[in-house]
Amino acid sequence: MNQFIMPIFSVAIPEMFVLSMACIILLVDVFLKERHRIVTYILVQSTLVIAFLITLTQYREYPSPIVTFSGNYVLDKLAVLTKLFVFTVSFFAFIYARNYIKDRNIASGEYFIMGLFAVLGMQVMASAYSFLTIFLGLELNTLPLYTMIAMWKTSRASTEASMKYFVMGALATGLLLYGISLLYGVTGSIEILGISNLMQQAMNQQQLVMVLALVFILAGIIFKFGAVPFHMWVPDVYQGAPTSVTLFISSAPKIAAFAITMRILVEAMPTLTVSWQQVLIAVSILSMFAGNVMAIAQTNIKRMLAYSSIAHIGYTLLGILAGPHSSQGYSAAMFYIATYVIVAAGAFAIIAILSNKEIELDKLDDYRGLNTRNPWLAFMMLLLMFSMAGVPPTVGFFAKLGLLEALVEAHFVWLAALALLFAIIGAYYYLRVVMYMYFEEPKSSVAGAKISMSPGVLAAISVNGIAALILGLLPSGLIDMCRISVA
Amino acid sequence: MISLSEFLIVAAILFGLGIAGMIVNRKNIISLLMSIELMLLAVNTNFIAFSHFLGNNTGQVFVFFILTVAAAEAAIGLAIMVVLYRKVDTIEVQKLDTLKG
Repeated sequence: MNQFIMPIFSVAIPEMFVLSMACIILLVDVFLKERHRIVTYILVQSTLVIAFLITLTQYREYPSPIVTFSGNYVLDKLAVLTKLFVFTVSFFAFIYARNYIKDRNIASGEYFIMGLFAVLGMQVMASAYSFLTIFLGLELNTLPLYTMIAMWKTSRASTEASMKYFVMGALATGLLLYGISLLYGVTGSIEILGISNLMQQAMNQQQLVMVLALVFILAGIIFKFGAVPFHMWVPDVYQGAPTSVTLFISSAPKIAAFAITMRILVEAMPTLTVSWQQVLIAVSILSMFAGNVMAIAQTNIKRMLAYSSIAHIGYTLLGILAGPHSSQGYSAAMFYIATYVIVAAGAFAIIAILSNKEIELDKLDDYRGLNTRNPWLAFMMLLLMFSMAGVPPTVGFFAKLGLLEALVEAHFVWLAALALLFAIIGAYYYLRVVMYMYFEEPKSSVAGAKISMSPGVLAAISVNGIAALILGLLPSGLIDMCRISVA
Repeated sequence: MISLSEFLIVAAILFGLGIAGMIVNRKNIISLLMSIELMLLAVNTNFIAFSHFLGNNTGQVFVFFILTVAAAEAAIGLAIMVVLYRKVDTIEVQKLDTLKG
């Protein structure tokens, strides 16, 4: 019988801290008067900052990976970097959310606490090293997201989006779990390390079952990522959810999903590389195609960005599938998803800022002449759109460049050419937004509407937009970090 | 003695019924929730069967976690449904068509 080994609790301090803070804040919030509700917000934000600092010290403290909690938990560079990204992006997402939810009478205390629990789920995903923790992290991440969408109770679209997200998410969980159960049946283990060893041994007799398990697990992951063929929920949920939640869903969870994808495909299933590569090739081509083409036809900017996110996930998967044959595939994918997330959060934030109590400014037409109404916001949007399209001085260009290099190095030149072609199609609808903002007159209905934002939000959106430019001018630091993390 | 493959066939049928229930169902959300439960229970059957025949407890532990999470998930699903019913006055799947494009 296995001996019980005491886990090294100190490596999991960030998780424990966020969990205990979430519980404490939940209690504090109950006793707060309505006008003191800001305390909850400040506590949540400071929790994120402190968790960020703790994780940062771990980055230096543990140079080599540590596997503990009976093989369920790992602390390595990938986990740490993922967590740092998650904290940063969530911090920004909460800043943007504050005024937006206040205007709409969404219960603000619960909103941020739910957000904190979702962050905890992402932390668990980042550090998960067995299918049990991957599953638990995934659920802890998505369950709060369902409720955050449904919190805008007076909006029909929101509740409907929440229901759709819930049903689709539950289906994805079912598929993922079925795959895990088959994998457990073949190997008798649920730990990433154990599975990777045992699969090698069982390769000859059990290959069919393993491929079947892989297909189910991949379906689950692709669902969570929101790539074709399981992308149906993405546009509906992005459009229907309150913009502050859309911005949260479209950002931090994608990085955490990337981390578990790396664990499952690269670390647990190196024996099936050929199989998952083929699946990912099909998925990424279809995602880039469907995402970019469908986005052109949209009149709602949130829906357009939803389709664009499908396309960007397609690009990220390109990096993962190039990884086994190229030294920089994984790091390029990590860089791509990390920078995309920053840019997407910024773009949704601008939509949230422009919307006010009465109307949601989420039609593409509402962006006509934004430059005359607020030049600084228009400039930020310009940077973000350029970055999504991959125009040179911005970070999106380097992200795409890295991916294409990795693809060429892995001898997928035709795939690189295809990716480039889809990027050109994609540029059309991003630049259309820029054209609307700068070269057209504002619609009469919105021309007079005041754009009000607090200094905090202004600072956050400026940092966000400028980051798209600065990271583009000086990308090497972040690229190096990504390279170390997936080495 | 019942063999492993018989358990797996039962589980696969249950899982298939669950998925079919979600795709075919056009009536109401309650039966969607039931289909989700059916899928998760099929997975549990799988885990228990493997666990028994492998002589390994991990699968049974996993099942406890799945049961717990499924309970939480059902609670949230029903809560969302209540909110939806208050707003839309129906829980028919076909009536949920505000978001399209």
